[in-house]
Amino acid sequence: MRAPTPSQTIGPFYGYALPFPGGGDVAPVGHPEAITVRGRVYDGAGEPVPDALVETWQAAPDGSLAGEPGSLRRDPVTGGFLGRNGVDFTGFARVATDADGQWVVRTLPPPAALPYLSVCLFARGLTRHLFTRAYVDGGAAGDAVLSALPEERRGTLLARTEGPRAYRFDIRLQGPGETVFLDFGTGGES
Amino acid sequence: MAPTQDEISAEIAAARESTARAVAAGGVPPSHPGRDYPPYRSSALRHPRKPLLRVGADPEAAEWHGPVFGVTDITALDADLTRQHQGEPLGERITVAGRVLDRGGRPVRGQLVEVWQANASGRYAHQRDQHPAPLDPHFTGVGRCLTDDQGAYAFTTVRPGAYPWRNHTNAWRPAHIHFSLFGTAFTQRLVTQMYFPGDPLFPYDPILQSVTDAAARARLVAAYDHRLSTPERSLGYRWDIVLDGPAATLPDPEEDH
Ligand SMILES: [Fe+3]
Repeated sequence: MRAPTPSQTIGPFYGYALPFPGGGDVAPVGHPEAITVRGRVYDGAGEPVPDALVETWQAAPDGSLAGEPGSLRRDPVTGGFLGRNGVDFTGFARVATDADGQWVVRTLPPPAALPYLSVCLFARGLTRHLFTRAYVDGGAAGDAVLSALPEERRGTLLARTEGPRAYRFDIRLQGPGETVFLDFGTGGES
Repeated sequence: MAPTQDEISAEIAAARESTARAVAAGGVPPSHPGRDYPPYRSSALRHPRKPLLRVGADPEAAEWHGPVFGVTDITALDADLTRQHQGEPLGERITVAGRVLDRGGRPVRGQLVEVWQANASGRYAHQRDQHPAPLDPHFTGVGRCLTDDQGAYAFTTVRPGAYPWRNHTNAWRPAHIHFSLFGTAFTQRLVTQMYFPGDPLFPYDPILQSVTDAAARARLVAAYDHRLSTPERSLGYRWDIVLDGPAATLPDPEEDH
């Protein structure tokens, strides 16, 4: 096995490079079943983190994990961004938190068999990204991740319903209510 | 009061020694930085204190698959950071090229590689970067490309400058290019930084030194490669990248080689 390239912090200045217009608009335009998932990222002092980058990846409603290209469609005429084509479901969102630490993703509900958005979080001060999951509608019975957790921590992975087709998923990096983060078995993890 | 370089350097040395002791005692040399790395002050309130939940291999899980990218996600000029404006940027023109592999040595094909960097003077085209070095109207410092069938990527750019930051008094970042990479599975996601060989700032920088194992740190440093230099045009650097984490399918070591 080859030794992996180490991770390094995303730093404070990715904001003009990685986010793209419509990065959180995963659902096809005008889709009647679209949901919103939003939340704030908090640090160990309970302060919002205004320079985090949130990426989400999920199965399509039909269960497909094949994805589609076109999340950050580029315009070969101007060199700018064209925006998604409004039809294909890429399954991928990328949103920088705003000045108040908030991010919003508009997407389609994940399927009952894989009822979560996989969340990858980057930030200045975070030497290596963190994975978590935002389970929608309580997750599936017998889910291996949820059932491995004690009751008081399980709730940190459940997106809370805050209105029709609207969910809230806050991420706490440290301290009371600290979000459960996931280790997928990478070599450098202790 | 901001800590001095000497105070930070002592903390850096302590973390390196702690890793060296653990490796000498038979531990696996850590490739990645610990998320709790005191010399990098911003990490203090931004690392989880509870252990991560280990998730077993599950090819059915979403993370064992990942986003896909294609020709619509890039334009031809995205990989040449020197041609994105009407004039030529200032600085030493360079080519940075290499391959993206998984831990089994297999090329990561058709995946998105993104880069961003300061200009030759050490200034980012970012409103919050107020380092009083000049902006360059002919350089933004953002690029992207897709890896080819061999997992190869290449960028043409200018060598970024070192720049100061406020971690401690007289803190300077060695010149670096930020990289963002996707693998065949979301578990392989990587954001990292590439450095230039022989930079005298290496020992002072808590971000590079957050990788506490010397061999792992060396993997963040590109090699000058004269074959990648182009006559009358640019100097070449080679930097290969190995993505950690389970691939979409279990790797056959060295397949495709
Ligand atoms: Fe930087």
